[in-house]
Amino acid sequence: MPSLNPVHPVLAIAVLAVLSAAASLSPQPRGAAAEAATMGKASVKIANFDFGPATITVPAGTPVTWTNNDDDAHSVVADDKAFRSAPLDTGESYSFTFAKPGTYAYHCGLHPQMHGKVIVTR
Amino acid sequence: MTKDKDLELAEPGRRDAMKCLAWAGAGVLWTMGGGVASSVLATAADAATRKAGSLDFVQISDTHIGFDKAANPDTLGTMREAIGKIKAMPVKPSFIIHTGDLTHLSKPDEFDTVDQMLKDLNLPVFYTPGEHDTLDEGGGKLFLERFGKGTWGTGYRSFDMAGVHFIGLVNVINLNPDGQGHLGAEQIAWLAKDVAHLSSSTPIVVYAHMPLFDAYVPWGWGTVDAQAALAPLRRFGSVTVLNGHIHQVIAKTEGNITFHTTRSTAYPQAKAGTPGGSPGPLKVPADQLRSVLGVRDITRLHGRGALAIVDQTLA
Repeated sequence: MPSLNPVHPVLAIAVLAVLSAAASLSPQPRGAAAEAATMGKASVKIANFDFGPATITVPAGTPVTWTNNDDDAHSVVADDKAFRSAPLDTGESYSFTFAKPGTYAYHCGLHPQMHGKVIVTR
Repeated sequence: MTKDKDLELAEPGRRDAMKCLAWAGAGVLWTMGGGVASSVLATAADAATRKAGSLDFVQISDTHIGFDKAANPDTLGTMREAIGKIKAMPVKPSFIIHTGDLTHLSKPDEFDTVDQMLKDLNLPVFYTPGEHDTLDEGGGKLFLERFGKGTWGTGYRSFDMAGVHFIGLVNVINLNPDGQGHLGAEQIAWLAKDVAHLSSSTPIVVYAHMPLFDAYVPWGWGTVDAQAALAPLRRFGSVTVLNGHIHQVIAKTEGNITFHTTRSTAYPQAKAGTPGGSPGPLKVPADQLRSVLGVRDITRLHGRGALAIVDQTLA
């Protein structure tokens, strides 16, 4: 990954544009979108058997919180098993802080056809 | 072999029953209205002949004890009604197969409730887990501690009843991002070995939670390595596969293998691929709920021929 200025907002947006363009080259679940976390935290909504947004981009050290809005239970499991939530019943949340830059693919442990991605920048 | 069975089953006197039944293994399928076939089979003569060497068992599935949302706030009540239907069957089944999702969240008290409720039937119960039964820290350890006696690996097993070889598979452990159920190489190798010594005329019943055929892959309704698992079963004359997971009745025939998914006792799910739908709990009007929930009775008359499958709703 090229060295980038991590604090410059215009650059950060440019990085996002590049990342989302790159991401669109590979198959993604519907509704996939990149989103910048500006408030030092980020959230992903689980609704209608989808992670929304399916792709989220955050600076390293940002906690990401998933909240289940479905009537069925879901969970958040890293494809490489690096993190795994307990089952989330309706209204329950799970948070994980990504310390290192990288791309983290995850899925629902109950419904593995549900996929999401966290892109962690410097 | 199959033709003989057809002739035998088509003899006068059985015709009325056949109209209402789904005959598995013979490659012919009829759908039926809730419960009618049971009363057709309930003649004294049938009950008498079915005692000797006959096979009669029940499949119950997706009881989801612990679920209490809008699609069914009383899953305990509907499971109790399902048990009532089993008790009211004209011929007492000799055992029960639960094809998974006993619980909604794998909590110890949810497992205990299911266990206690089915013990009320005083029959052996063979459980295979659903993905909702493996949500504990140990990824299915709680389930195995309670129901895993006599099983191998992740909880698979085989046993023989009235000349039929039963194979219970587990396809919900450590689900991968590949989006479907999976069995894994170890279980598939075990299965090939398990049936290697059997004569091809032995009827086979396979059961597992997630469909072992492509019911609807975009919603995860399949098992990624099912074909590899089924390969050693293709030489058998009659293979019946019983699944749960999708909370609705679907049947499919592939050569000598017939696949049947069954209803839940808890809540229905949308028909495969419903536009804008999802594979989650589906709320239907309260007065229709019991017509989309149910249990299944499986019979093999006289200890030979094809299996008869009767899907009974709670309505």
